[in-house]
Amino acid sequence: MNELSILIGGKAGDGVKLGANILARLFNRLGYYPFVYEDYPSLIRGGHNFAIVRAADKPVAANYDQFDILIALNQETVDKHKSNLNKGGIIIFDSDSVKAQGIGVPLTKIAQDNSLPLIVRNIISFGVLANVLNVDFKTVEDCIKSAVHKKIDENIKVAKEGYSIKIGKKINLSKLKNPAKPLITGNDAIAFGAVKAGLKALIAYPMTPASSILHTLAAYQDQLKIAAIHPENEIAVAIMAEGLAYAGTRSMVATSGGGFALMTEAISLAGQAEFPVVFILSQRPGPATGVPTYTSQGDLFFALHAGHGEFLKIVLAPGNVDQAFQLSADALNLAWKFQTPVILLTDKHLSESTYAANFKESQVKPELANIWNKKGEYKRYSFAKDGVSPLAFPGDKAVVKATSYEHDEFGITTEDIDPILNMVNKRLKKKESIIKYLKNKETVKVYGNKNSDTVLIAWGSTIGVVREISEELNLKAIQPLFLEPFPTNKINEQIKNAKKVICIEVNATGQLASLLKNNGIDVDKVILKFDGRPITLNELKNKLKAK
Amino acid sequence: MKIDELKTNAVNTWCPGCGNFGLERAFKQAVAELVDEGFNLNEFVMLSGIGCHAKIVDYIKLNSFYSLHGRTIPPATGIKLANQKLNVISFAGDGDALGEGLAHTIFAAKRNSNITLIIHDNRIYGLTTGQFTPTSPKGFKGRSTPQGSVEDPMNPVELMIASGATFVARTFTGNINQMKEIFKQAIKHKGFSFIDVLQPCFTYFNTFAVYQKDCYDIMEKKHDPSNFNQAIERAREWNYNGGPIPTGVFYKIDKPSFEEAELKGKDLRSKDIATISDILKTKI
Repeated sequence: MNELSILIGGKAGDGVKLGANILARLFNRLGYYPFVYEDYPSLIRGGHNFAIVRAADKPVAANYDQFDILIALNQETVDKHKSNLNKGGIIIFDSDSVKAQGIGVPLTKIAQDNSLPLIVRNIISFGVLANVLNVDFKTVEDCIKSAVHKKIDENIKVAKEGYSIKIGKKINLSKLKNPAKPLITGNDAIAFGAVKAGLKALIAYPMTPASSILHTLAAYQDQLKIAAIHPENEIAVAIMAEGLAYAGTRSMVATSGGGFALMTEAISLAGQAEFPVVFILSQRPGPATGVPTYTSQGDLFFALHAGHGEFLKIVLAPGNVDQAFQLSADALNLAWKFQTPVILLTDKHLSESTYAANFKESQVKPELANIWNKKGEYKRYSFAKDGVSPLAFPGDKAVVKATSYEHDEFGITTEDIDPILNMVNKRLKKKESIIKYLKNKETVKVYGNKNSDTVLIAWGSTIGVVREISEELNLKAIQPLFLEPFPTNKINEQIKNAKKVICIEVNATGQLASLLKNNGIDVDKVILKFDGRPITLNELKNKLKAK
Repeated sequence: MKIDELKTNAVNTWCPGCGNFGLERAFKQAVAELVDEGFNLNEFVMLSGIGCHAKIVDYIKLNSFYSLHGRTIPPATGIKLANQKLNVISFAGDGDALGEGLAHTIFAAKRNSNITLIIHDNRIYGLTTGQFTPTSPKGFKGRSTPQGSVEDPMNPVELMIASGATFVARTFTGNINQMKEIFKQAIKHKGFSFIDVLQPCFTYFNTFAVYQKDCYDIMEKKHDPSNFNQAIERAREWNYNGGPIPTGVFYKIDKPSFEEAELKGKDLRSKDIATISDILKTKI
């Protein structure tokens, strides 16, 4: 067997997240590529949480809704997910609180006998599972040491008790030769990519599913020599970041739809004043509060149209952690290269799922912005061929005047006809400049059978499932990494021989399909999902076969 | 230095007699004197919101960030975080900093951000042609309150002392010398400095004669600005309706600034890039 899916479920507070993380670390050590999807409601204690841990023999970014093993820390895990157990699958459960058929272990009693809180049931069941998979205990110990930071010896002891329980049936999971990889979330990758492109200040107000960007950078702020600041609201967040950028510091903000709504006046300001700031928009289902802890791709048009007035905006959408690392760095570099707001679209599925990372730290670096040569009198908005005026910062021997008003080259307010036209045209030139710049860059990814006349198109995290199914069904799949400027020509190039173009999205109205149509690209079919859950592998396969 | 060196080519469009002229003059004098004392002209940054007050950044040849309505404080803190050498001064109207952007003003005081906020408090929206503001007196008849405002005015001096500001003052555009001295002290103060400048609007709410008659300097009453209770008491002497108006420095204490506490010596303009490999190793 070289592919395995495990669901671990329990109440909020049962340590499902850590349990899943340790499982992923185990598969990592066995040479597999783990992928962890977490499903939890918006509450702190109680409810029903679960995580799906998939181990594959290649990098993956999607999960099945059929499982080989269930680990049940509560009854709901059995009641809700038993029907999704594969034939011959196994249920490992706490026989002190759950009724089921399978491997019942007195997890509660073991915890109590060791005077440990019930949260260690995740570690005991991990021990049981390791025995089921025939893994040596040294690897179990190593996984616990890497993931658990408190009471490590006690955890190892109870894991051993779980490991020692006699079981009838075992699953033979072959050991692969792939090296172990860092297991990180999309939000971690976004945070690290930005740091490697020179990020020095992350400003954010907590909002699921973007919060962990703030948490990660706040946790490592001293090590990374950056600031992670949490001000009074998202309005302050966005404009504080612009103050930092104006004074020469690379800054970024992170939020979800509701917070992003409050930031739109600042996005418009960044367009007018030409501030380089990156806005991370991690989508969840709306409108309004919507479904806070679930996923959606419903804010594509919102991102494309955010901010009043007409100005250059760049919108990027990575689909996995490797792309998230690269595009987060690209976003910061592009913001500074073109002095304009850049929006990086992610969603709960990419932001909070855990992937095996294959990126290299050295693959990104800060790219130089157009900096003033210190000759003559400085004009912040000097007319430049490409529309990009050189930057100077307060403290330099220059008077740096940035403004929200329409302005002349010095940044002094104007309401006269010619200066208005000149400045509008100067800013619009930046759009031509970036289109030219992107001509030879990879703005569209192509997967699967490149000669297939059926083409699947997906953006963001949905490309994970689409890519894998395109490979399995021998179809072509394409993914625009840039949504603004939209890579119309490159997409046309990829679909010129297509008989059928199918757009697959996690929203209710098919926003990418509309965007394609607006750019003259016909879509034959859309497959949409909008219940807050990502599309699973079996689901997409069935939907495509039904066509 | 001469204050003429701070002039730009912008045409001044304030109404004749506007209190903003006096405020601008006092600020330029303060800057010129500070430069003579050794401050670097390139290290001043002005911010403004939107309204009549905000045009001041067009008229003074210093670094500036002409922000949105109500939004001078967050970028001012951002600028100070980016470069602590800079002297960051926000200019804002009463509608701007006490209405649209009040949360930011309170939080700047709470966190003791090392910036200066100067309120052009004309107690009227001038540029939108005469509506009541948070500091307009009760019963004020403006274009949005033709039957008279039913709200009591806000007392920003009391509010700022209560919110944690470490330098709180009030002055009047009719007293240029007091204004200039307070601006200088505020810019030198380490921490959040707040100045409520009573600035008559000659077109929509001319309070000049009243202020000329009612303003007095609190030092005449042997005020101790390090005493919180005295400061609050003094601030409550005038509720923005009628009566004698205390001016001067109400409150001034020493406290670590937000930026120095938050950054602990980090330089956010450094070009050094940290390695992430040690962090990634823990994720395997």
